Amino acid sequence: MSDSQRVALQSVPGRPVRSRAAGRRLKRGAASAGWALLGILLAMIMWELVKAVGSVVPFPFNTSDTTMPNVWTMVNGAFQPEMRGSSTTVLQAVMMAAGYSLMIAMGGFIIGVSVGLLLAITMQRFAFMERGLLPFVIASQTVPLIALAPLIVGIGNRFSVGPFEWSTTYSVMFIAAYLAFFPLSVGALRGLHAPTPTSLELMRSYAAKPRQLLFKLRFPSSIPFLVPALKVSAASAVVGTVIAEISTGVRGGIGRLIIEYSREITGQPAKVYVAVFGAIILGLMAAALVTVIDLYLTRNLPKEGPA
Amino acid sequence: MRDIARSRTARLIGVAIVGAIALSACGGSTTTTESSAAPAAPAATEAAASSAAPAEECTTPTPVKLQLQWFVQSQFAGYYAAKDKGFYADECLDVTILEGGVDIVPQTVLAQGGADFALAWVPKALASREQGALITDVAQVYQKSGTLQVSWADSGITSPADFKGKKIGNWGFGNEYEVFAGMTQAGLDPATDVENVQQQFDMLGLLNREIDAAEAMTYNEYAQLLEAKNPETGELYTPEDFNVINYSNEGVGMYQDAIWASTERLADAEYQAITQKFVTASLAGWIYCRDNAQECADIITANGSKLGASHQLWMMNEVNKLIWPSPAGVGIIVPDLWAQTVSVATKTKNLEGATVITAEPAADSYTNKYAEAANAKLTAAGLNTTGDAFAPISVTLKEGGN
Repeated sequence: MSDSQRVALQSVPGRPVRSRAAGRRLKRGAASAGWALLGILLAMIMWELVKAVGSVVPFPFNTSDTTMPNVWTMVNGAFQPEMRGSSTTVLQAVMMAAGYSLMIAMGGFIIGVSVGLLLAITMQRFAFMERGLLPFVIASQTVPLIALAPLIVGIGNRFSVGPFEWSTTYSVMFIAAYLAFFPLSVGALRGLHAPTPTSLELMRSYAAKPRQLLFKLRFPSSIPFLVPALKVSAASAVVGTVIAEISTGVRGGIGRLIIEYSREITGQPAKVYVAVFGAIILGLMAAALVTVIDLYLTRNLPKEGPA
Repeated sequence: MRDIARSRTARLIGVAIVGAIALSACGGSTTTTESSAAPAAPAATEAAASSAAPAEECTTPTPVKLQLQWFVQSQFAGYYAAKDKGFYADECLDVTILEGGVDIVPQTVLAQGGADFALAWVPKALASREQGALITDVAQVYQKSGTLQVSWADSGITSPADFKGKKIGNWGFGNEYEVFAGMTQAGLDPATDVENVQQQFDMLGLLNREIDAAEAMTYNEYAQLLEAKNPETGELYTPEDFNVINYSNEGVGMYQDAIWASTERLADAEYQAITQKFVTASLAGWIYCRDNAQECADIITANGSKLGASHQLWMMNEVNKLIWPSPAGVGIIVPDLWAQTVSVATKTKNLEGATVITAEPAADSYTNKYAEAANAKLTAAGLNTTGDAFAPISVTLKEGGN
């Protein structure tokens, strides 16, 4: 871009700043994508290096091709048909399962976030609720998931209201929600308590109603606490979904696929790794979704550090 | 301010809509997992079983839930065949088959009322019974134990007596008692003479020579070995590469897959009738799979099993070998074999010195009433319920079970 062009662009008010910012963002995006690719490449080289060294020096773990298949075996395995004669490849099956798990995790996340937010508002509004409820909220997370999952499925099997039949999929979603609500309720509670006494006094001097106080002061000031809580909640929802799928054997998701493929590890070791990568991609997709929410919620907040 | 508040409301509604979509999407896809696709292949057994259908009119089938021990696979072929070939429908039952999972304990699900019937190994079910789960064995489908201990041919391990000083794998969680019973019978003390290793559910430990002898089921893990490639020759491993100890032949085999019903509910006449129908139709399914192994393996695959075709057929065939012949009739509990199971379960100590059960189970822990009536009815319908002429097919495993 020549100097004269730049001057010409700058003469249009507002535009050059935006385009420069967009360009910078693009450059930063490309750079971080480059770093990410480099990271993946490094991980692959490390993997092969460990295998190569392991074939000479005895390691405390096994580095044979069945335990640690070569990177190219995994890539090749991803494009093999899932079963002989079936038209779907392993990769397609894994992607479908990851998508299914993502839907369940999203459902669990939305339920968990709603419940968590509601709890936080209640606890913030009534001090006695905070004293009474918070210990239970914390205690709820000390129940081990593998004890909880069969219980929920067992109760679900007996549960039906009219034409509505509880399915094990809902049990998985429930478990995801059960894990997701906790970080959010605790984070949101802190956030709702965040406004300074001066701000509260100002609102009070306006004779603001509790609802106005909540929507106009407490929510906006809770966002810095809410965003990290949302990230943790999303991760919890994904973990809860995959673990509940493994634990209860619910069909369709990535957890079940990992178990199914791991049974074929002696014959086709690459398959289970493809499923594990599917689980990783599932986690990344969930993280990306939350980042979108984050960008939206914090769009009016001053950015920290060099923008 | 007002505008901001309004946009917040809109946002909340938006979130709610996304939530509803996610929920409905998940709800929608669960229904598609129920498949009942089965190719129609009229065979002698099918015709016979349908002629055995009750004369009374079936208006609304009774809903029944069956809890499996694991995912859909040929180990449960008889039940899927009974469902897909309409044997349950002939008995006016609407059977829902609930798959198992890593942490699902079928006998507990049954005792808690989450299912009407459950499949379970006898020793494990008796252990649950002793802890208060009131359940009754109403049909002993598997007549033989399918548990093996597999070692390399060059290891010199050919009987449990050779376990001395070796690394012996077992799965734990109540699957280890036959292994310990074999050692005890050979005069070894499992706690001191043998190095016991908790084994994964795959066979890598043996293939990598991390353990000397691994526990395996004839119908699954043993096949996994024969589906693996020998890195030295590039060919699949063959049975000649391994030594196999079959606990059934060592006299310490325990009864495995059986149909369990709720003891308390068996006092109820309506549940008795349902149990009778369920046992009859399920056993008819197993007879069908004895005579149509390939079709039953295909039914299992059509019901969503991810196992490869040759592995599936191998499993079907090996399971048939554990069921047939049933000289006393299919599903009948033979008192001697039951006594052997109970004896091993009360006498064999695990590493902590505990036995599976501490006392003989009560008389209502099993009944032959339903299996006997089912045998009579199926025989009257012209079916062979003992399988005395049963001949297994031969299955060639391919790499990875494909």
